[in-house]
Amino acid sequence: MIYSRGRKVFVAVAGAAVTIVALLCIFPFWMVVAGSLTPENEIYVHGYSLWPQSVSTEAYKLAFEDPGKIIRSYLVTVGVTGAGTAVSLFIVSMCGYVLQRPDFKSRNFLTMFVFFTVLFNGGLVPWYILMTNYLHLKDNYLALILPMMVNVFYLIIMKNFMRSIPGALIESAKIDGAGEFYIFLRIVLPLAKPALASIGMFIALNYWNDWRNGMLFMQDETMYPLQYYLYRLLSSLDFLKSAAASTIDLGDQVFPSESFKLAMTVVATGPIILLYPFVQKYFVKGITIGAVKG
Amino acid sequence: MRWLNNLRYDLRKNPVLLLMALPVILYVIVFCYLPMSGIVLAFKQFDYAQGIFGSPWCGFKNFRFFFISGQAAVVMRNTVLYNIAFIIVNNIVEITVAIFISEIGGRWFKKITQGAMFLPTFISWVVVSAFVYNIFSYDFGAFNHLLRSMGGEPVDIYSQSTLWIFIIIFLNSWKHVGYGSVVYLAAIMGIDAEIYESATLDGAGELQKIRYITLPCLKPTVVILVIMGIGNIFRGDFDLFYQMVGTNSLLFNTTDVIDTFVFRSLLFSQEYGMSAAVGLFQSVLCFGFLTATNWIIRKVDPENSLY
Repeated sequence: MIYSRGRKVFVAVAGAAVTIVALLCIFPFWMVVAGSLTPENEIYVHGYSLWPQSVSTEAYKLAFEDPGKIIRSYLVTVGVTGAGTAVSLFIVSMCGYVLQRPDFKSRNFLTMFVFFTVLFNGGLVPWYILMTNYLHLKDNYLALILPMMVNVFYLIIMKNFMRSIPGALIESAKIDGAGEFYIFLRIVLPLAKPALASIGMFIALNYWNDWRNGMLFMQDETMYPLQYYLYRLLSSLDFLKSAAASTIDLGDQVFPSESFKLAMTVVATGPIILLYPFVQKYFVKGITIGAVKG
Repeated sequence: MRWLNNLRYDLRKNPVLLLMALPVILYVIVFCYLPMSGIVLAFKQFDYAQGIFGSPWCGFKNFRFFFISGQAAVVMRNTVLYNIAFIIVNNIVEITVAIFISEIGGRWFKKITQGAMFLPTFISWVVVSAFVYNIFSYDFGAFNHLLRSMGGEPVDIYSQSTLWIFIIIFLNSWKHVGYGSVVYLAAIMGIDAEIYESATLDGAGELQKIRYITLPCLKPTVVILVIMGIGNIFRGDFDLFYQMVGTNSLLFNTTDVIDTFVFRSLLFSQEYGMSAAVGLFQSVLCFGFLTATNWIIRKVDPENSLY
């Protein structure tokens, strides 16, 4: 194809603009990695910079000398994310399937019943009191799982997706004598795989990145989810110091709090970033499935 | 009571289906409808020992406290203005990026740049706050480092409340550009390529094609997203504001939103009654706006209405 001059100029400008935006998006990631590898005394003199003059792994050594605590909160987050995503995906897809079945007469009423909670809710305080005073979920892992178990928007997306499954398939399975639950497990779920993968990714990401419920409900430090653990590290120097290896003798050296903070940020974020290239396509697909409604 | 008859019908004819929907229904009843009864708390002087329903009534005292303290005006103004700014800035940035990506060639170039733009979507606001500290910290931040090396005076950004308006708007756009541009990119991909071809044959330039084909085709998507944004205009992004500002009261005047205010009043000052009142006030406003905007969407484009 022959491009006109105007087109060439336009493509060059567009390419440059997109490149700049993309660089802006990864720039802070680079800054944090660079900062975590900068020797503490260089940070004190020169501050964080794009390109440290020398490299030191001291902060990482400190982080990995006694990694029990961060591994602990990793386990909490992995467990909560795994259990939460699995249960959430299961009950949401099951309900979404039922709510679009044409022969299920209550579908409109129940959809409205669920959807109303998007329009109106009691606010944070009554919900908080329910969680703590009535269900007694303080310092209970359920307090990290339950709050994000049902997302009405994902339910609606799931319901819309299930509509694309031909009703004749379900009818014929019924004639063959299959029960409703069996049909859902064996016929509907396999056909809904693309939606399950994408929505599952979104649910998992919400669980993974949650810190608010940790802050609201967790007082026991050993039960902190990863993001809340990181938040405490960043916001409290005492907490930061207590997280570092107690076994290391720093002598009269200052505690390398600045590089250590960033090293912990890298340790807490690194694995998910490494996973990212493999899951990105599910997110893109998910956005397109949900289109505007997501 | 048609819904009751329908339920009775399903109970008889589709008991298994009803059972399959039950987990979500029960969840919603316990975690969404049950707390609604706690709304009464907004009109009560909360006493921990007596619980929600045993506490004495106090009329509108909780509301009055919120409004008279002057905080109501500030947090409501901030919530609304930030949301308006987010809607405008995000949409402009996302549409521009989507159009640019759709126009440039190179599969790998597209893949890599899009991958980079999606990265911020993946991380929590906690990590973003580490980024911000890394760049804006007074003593060690890269920004002040740059200022010093150019012979300037460092700025204590964490006490400059006006600057945070721009930082927050920028970061919000930064975090959502990948996600939002995919939504618009999907819409652009849906435009018939023949329209562009015939426009090229008629001698239309690139900008003309964008102006007269792409933008008009995106209009329905923009309208829906904007209206939905307006529906949520009284809902502040708690994660964003709390992670950026936290308990730094120097910045509250320009950065405190309803959601962070309620959170702090609940968790740090244990003002149950007052924060419940503010929460209820916000819920009612949200309800009004969502219902109104959905009514508008139903008129404009019934396909995309929420219900």
